Amino acid sequence: MSKKVAFLQGNEAAAHGALYAGCDFFAGYPITPSTEVSEVLSAELPKTGGKFLQMEDEIAAMAAILGASLAGAKVLTSTSGPGLSLKQELIGYGCIAEIPCVVYNVMRGGPSTGMPTGPSQSDVMCAKWGTHGDHPAICLVPASVQETYEEVIRAFNLSEKYRTPVMVMPDEIVAHMRERIVFPEPGEIEVVPRKSPTVPPEKYKPYDTSFGDVPPLAAFGSGYKFHVTGLNKMQDGFPTTKAEIVQAEEERQVRKVDANIDDIVTFEEYLLDDADVVVVAYGSTSRSARFAVNIAREQGIKAGMFRIKTFWPFPDKQIKALAGKVKGIVIPEMNLGMCSLELERCAQGKTPVLGIFRVDGEPINPDQILEKIKEVK
Amino acid sequence: MSRYELRFSGSGGQGLITAGIIMAKAASIYEGKQAVQSQSYGPEARGGSSKSEVIISDGPIDYPKATAVDALLAMTQEACDKYTHDLKEGGILLVDSDLVKKLPTEGNFRIISFPIINTAKNDVGREIVANIVALGAMVALSGQVSRENAEKAVLSSVPEAFIELNRKAFSIGYEKALAASAQ
Repeated sequence: MSKKVAFLQGNEAAAHGALYAGCDFFAGYPITPSTEVSEVLSAELPKTGGKFLQMEDEIAAMAAILGASLAGAKVLTSTSGPGLSLKQELIGYGCIAEIPCVVYNVMRGGPSTGMPTGPSQSDVMCAKWGTHGDHPAICLVPASVQETYEEVIRAFNLSEKYRTPVMVMPDEIVAHMRERIVFPEPGEIEVVPRKSPTVPPEKYKPYDTSFGDVPPLAAFGSGYKFHVTGLNKMQDGFPTTKAEIVQAEEERQVRKVDANIDDIVTFEEYLLDDADVVVVAYGSTSRSARFAVNIAREQGIKAGMFRIKTFWPFPDKQIKALAGKVKGIVIPEMNLGMCSLELERCAQGKTPVLGIFRVDGEPINPDQILEKIKEVK
Repeated sequence: MSRYELRFSGSGGQGLITAGIIMAKAASIYEGKQAVQSQSYGPEARGGSSKSEVIISDGPIDYPKATAVDALLAMTQEACDKYTHDLKEGGILLVDSDLVKKLPTEGNFRIISFPIINTAKNDVGREIVANIVALGAMVALSGQVSRENAEKAVLSSVPEAFIELNRKAFSIGYEKALAASAQ
């Protein structure tokens, strides 16, 4: 039997990816350019007994998905820049209380309300540093409609596996462009279930590290009673200021991601084997980069591309290795130099990092990248 | 690699993004090619400039936006002034002859014009399907998808009650463009 195909927008694909992953609760507040996620889920979720809530604002939407997740639901919210800023306090709450959830944020021009319909990649730092305090951060940056579908599923899986908020951040171009998508059959892509407690309610602790760095999470309403707070907490969930517990717990929360970087970080290497110049790119900009690399190759320039698929945790190891091999790194991004700082950090001065930064609401075109490739000597 | 670029431009509310989506769907779902559709528009629901770009290829499409346009539809004077600059040599420019009075004087491309909105109003019977009249014309002029596949894409994209209206709009647009092109 041939697979189901459709011609969809990135945002529509994201909604369908969430459904494939078992999302049964969405709360959000509509905002350009991510509203189509709400549109699709408001129609689809009720059909299978799921819940769709349009909340009074972005903060409330974030609170609603955290609550629903604690009650056992697989949850999603969708937003864009200004909404992401508003959600930050509660994203931090999700990190410290270790509540699985997926935040889908479409990057538009900023800061503030900026340029609602213009593309941007200027939220990538906000994905890691937007909420205060040390905390784990996972952020995926898809580059096509099909990949948006698949990365939303992966985001659900990672959030359940590591019991932490996960962000998916397409730029406006990926979110709004339409391409053919081939839907996977049920079971074709792995869907990771939440780790449930194996002990009876009276023995259950929500942060019991005897089960490892990611303790099982019971669903509220299933007979398990426990305390949840944004304060530093003990294994039973109640607040503490005991130095050794706070230190150990903070380290464990960050370690959940840091010790599993190879499981989380994904990337694509394109024509890198003999490359003198590597274009590092992510999201829609990587499509311009691939175009430019192909033209460079036709002109006899040994160019290649490293495409970041997982922005956080950053692919430090891979960039460090590349920096020792190439004559230069070119980084095109629709912000004033965010990824480029990470690349400079990883390159450790071994190779120059040349940025192309654009924030005028227009995409970075292949010619601009090709020109920069030629500047590498 | 073959890469054919189309741009549907005009003002918000004229249905040009929809026309682009249907063109891309025809290529990608019905014609067996690859296609990407993208758009840019202002914050206004109506008015303001609007464009929808479609890239059609036999192979994978990297850059989703236009680089050198093969076929351009301009439904306002503003769109015609703004978007002909990257029209390819030998490309096609289709304009609504009632709305675009000042045609580009430079550039080596074929200009085809007929009153698109008035055709929808008078020949089809509803102004609202002007975008489908224009789509029919673009399908005929660009030759990237067959008439049959394009019609399938149109009919699968519109509400049941409006199938006949859209079929008629598509067909009249297709024929008018061929006639205008032959002149």
